Amino acid sequence: MTVSKRVDPRVRTGRALRAVIVTILAVLFLIPFYLLVRNGLATEQDITAPDWTFFPRDIQWSNLTDVFADPNLPLARALLNSTLIAVSTTLGTVLLASLAGYGLARIPYRYANVVFYAILGTLMVPAAVTFVPSFVLVSTLGWISTLRGLIIPTLFSAFACFIFRQYFLGFPKELEDAARVDGLGHWRTYWRIVVPNSRPVFAAVGTIVFIGAWNAFLWPLVIGQDRESWTVQVALSTFTTAQNLNLHELFIAAAISIAPLVVVFVLLQRYIVAGVERTGIDD
Amino acid sequence: MRGRGGAAAKGGQDGQAGEAGGSGQGSGAGRLRRFRGPQNRNLWFWAFVGPFAIGLALFTYVPLAWSVYLSFFDAHNTVSPTDFVGLDNYVSMLGDHAFLSSLGTFLLFTAFIVPTTYVVSLALALMVNRLRFAQAFFRSVFFLPTACSYVVAALIWKLSIFNGVRFGLANTVLGWFGADQTAWLSTSDPPWYWLVIVTVRLWLQAGFYMILFLAGLQRISPRLYEAAAVDGARPGWQTLRHITLPQLRATSVAVVLLLVINAFQAFDEFYNLLSDARGYPPYARPPLVYLYYTALGQEQNLGLGSAGAVILALIIAVATVVQARWFGLGRKED
Repeated sequence: MTVSKRVDPRVRTGRALRAVIVTILAVLFLIPFYLLVRNGLATEQDITAPDWTFFPRDIQWSNLTDVFADPNLPLARALLNSTLIAVSTTLGTVLLASLAGYGLARIPYRYANVVFYAILGTLMVPAAVTFVPSFVLVSTLGWISTLRGLIIPTLFSAFACFIFRQYFLGFPKELEDAARVDGLGHWRTYWRIVVPNSRPVFAAVGTIVFIGAWNAFLWPLVIGQDRESWTVQVALSTFTTAQNLNLHELFIAAAISIAPLVVVFVLLQRYIVAGVERTGIDD
Repeated sequence: MRGRGGAAAKGGQDGQAGEAGGSGQGSGAGRLRRFRGPQNRNLWFWAFVGPFAIGLALFTYVPLAWSVYLSFFDAHNTVSPTDFVGLDNYVSMLGDHAFLSSLGTFLLFTAFIVPTTYVVSLALALMVNRLRFAQAFFRSVFFLPTACSYVVAALIWKLSIFNGVRFGLANTVLGWFGADQTAWLSTSDPPWYWLVIVTVRLWLQAGFYMILFLAGLQRISPRLYEAAAVDGARPGWQTLRHITLPQLRATSVAVVLLLVINAFQAFDEFYNLLSDARGYPPYARPPLVYLYYTALGQEQNLGLGSAGAVILALIIAVATVVQARWFGLGRKED
C-alpha cells in the first residue's frame, strides 16, 4: 500500500467501521477465557461479591496448587485419565483411519465402493441413536469404568477415514510409481513414501481428533462411572451440578483442563486451518 | 535397503492374514511371495481397510441392530431381555408427552441455532477476509473457542456470565443501566435460558465454520469481482448477493449439513447448563438428554430408550434424505 494512493472516504469509513466491529467482537470472544482465569485466581469472596469488579481485588496464585490437594475433586487422576484417553485415541484413530483411507483410495478392489459407502453411511447415524446400544454392548463386554471401554469404541472414526481417503486420492501418483519400480510393496510404500510426505494432513486430523477426545463428554459420562475412571470433563461437570462447591477451585480446575489444548492449539493451529481447508469438505 | 526381513517384520496384520489365507493354497516360497506381493490386491485391500471396517461394524452396526432388537422387548435393567412386547415401547413413546416435547425442543433448537451460526460465522469470515491488518490474529481469536469444551464453556456461562445473582457478568452489566436481575437459566417465561444455550454454542462453534467459509472465500477468483465492478455492481450487498454467496454454495451446503447433524447431537450444553443437584428441569430436554435419562437414569429402561432411539433414527434418516434432495447434494457442480 502506498500512502499517496487516494482512497474514497466512504471506503475508508467502511474499513474503519469494520476494524472497530471486529475488535469489539474479538474482545467479546476473549472475555469468557478471561473470566475463567479471573475467577480461578480470585478468592471465593471476590467471585461472589455483590459489587462485582472486572479485575479481582486479590490474586491468589496458591489456588493453582491448592486445587490438586482437594480430596473431593480428583483432578490429578482425571487429568491422567484424560491424557491417556486423548493420546491413545488420537494415535489409534489416525493409524486405523489413515490405513483404511489409503486402502480405499489406492488399492484397487472390486467392492471398494461398497465398503466406502458402508463406512460413509455411519456418518449419518447420529450419536443419539447409537449411544444406548453402544453402552449396552460395552457393558456386556464388561468394559464399564475401564480405559478399554472409554477408548476402543471411539477409535473408528468414519469422518477421519473419509478425510484421509479424500487426501490420498489427490496424492501424487508418480511418487508411488517410483516406489513400485524400486520394488516396494504397498506396506513399505505407505510407511516410507506416503506417510512422510503427508505430515500436514496427519497433524490436522490428529489435532482435531485430540481436541474431540479431550473434550468428549457424553461417552465418558456414561462409561466412566467410577470416580477412578472420570475424565477431567466428567469431574468438572459433576462439580458444577453439585450443591456445595468452591467456585474458585472449579474455575482454576477448568482453566488447568483447557491449558494443554490451548498449547496444542497455538502450536498446531496452522496445520488445523490448512487441514480443514484442504480436506475438500466443501468440494 | 533392508531386505525381505523388513517386510516380514511389519506386524501382526500380515502374519494373521497370511495364516488365514495360506491354508489350502499349498506352500513354498514362490506362493508366499505372490501372496504377499502387490499382485494380491484383495488381500492388501483388506489388510489396510479390514481393522477399521471390522471395528466400525462392531461399534456402529452391531449396536444399531441391537437397538432395534431391544426396542421390541421389555428391557428394564437388562441387556438380554426375554419379554417380547412387540410395538408397545413404540406406542408408549409416541404417546409420551415428554418424548414429543423433547422432539419439539430439538426442532426449536435447530431452527434457532442453524441460521444464527450460519449468519454469524459467514459474517466473521467476510470481515476477517477483508481485514488489512492482523488478519491471522483475529482469525485465531475467533477460532480459539473451538479448543474449549462444552463442559468448561457451560461452567463459565452458568456460574459467571448468566448467573441469576448480581455477581454474574450479565446482571452486573445490565445493572449499570438500571435493569433488574434476571434468573437466566430458571426463567421459562420468557424463555431466557434459550439465550444462554444459543450463545454458548455460538461462541464455541462460530470460529470453526468461519474457517470453512474463509477457505471458500479464498477460492473465489478476484476476476469475478473485477468483472462485477465493470458491470457497475456496487461493492457490498450487491456483490455479496450476486457473486460471493453463489460462489460459496458448496461450502454453504456442507456447513448447513454439519450444523444440523451437530444440532441433533446436542447434549453437553443442555446437561451442563440446566441440570443441578436437584436434577434436570422439565423444560428444554432435547432427545439425547431425554434418552439419557430414560435409558440410563433411575429406571434403566433400555427397551423404551431403544424405541426412542429408533424413532429418532427414522426421523433423522427422512430429514437427511429431504435435505439432500433440497440442496441437490451429490449433484455435480457445473
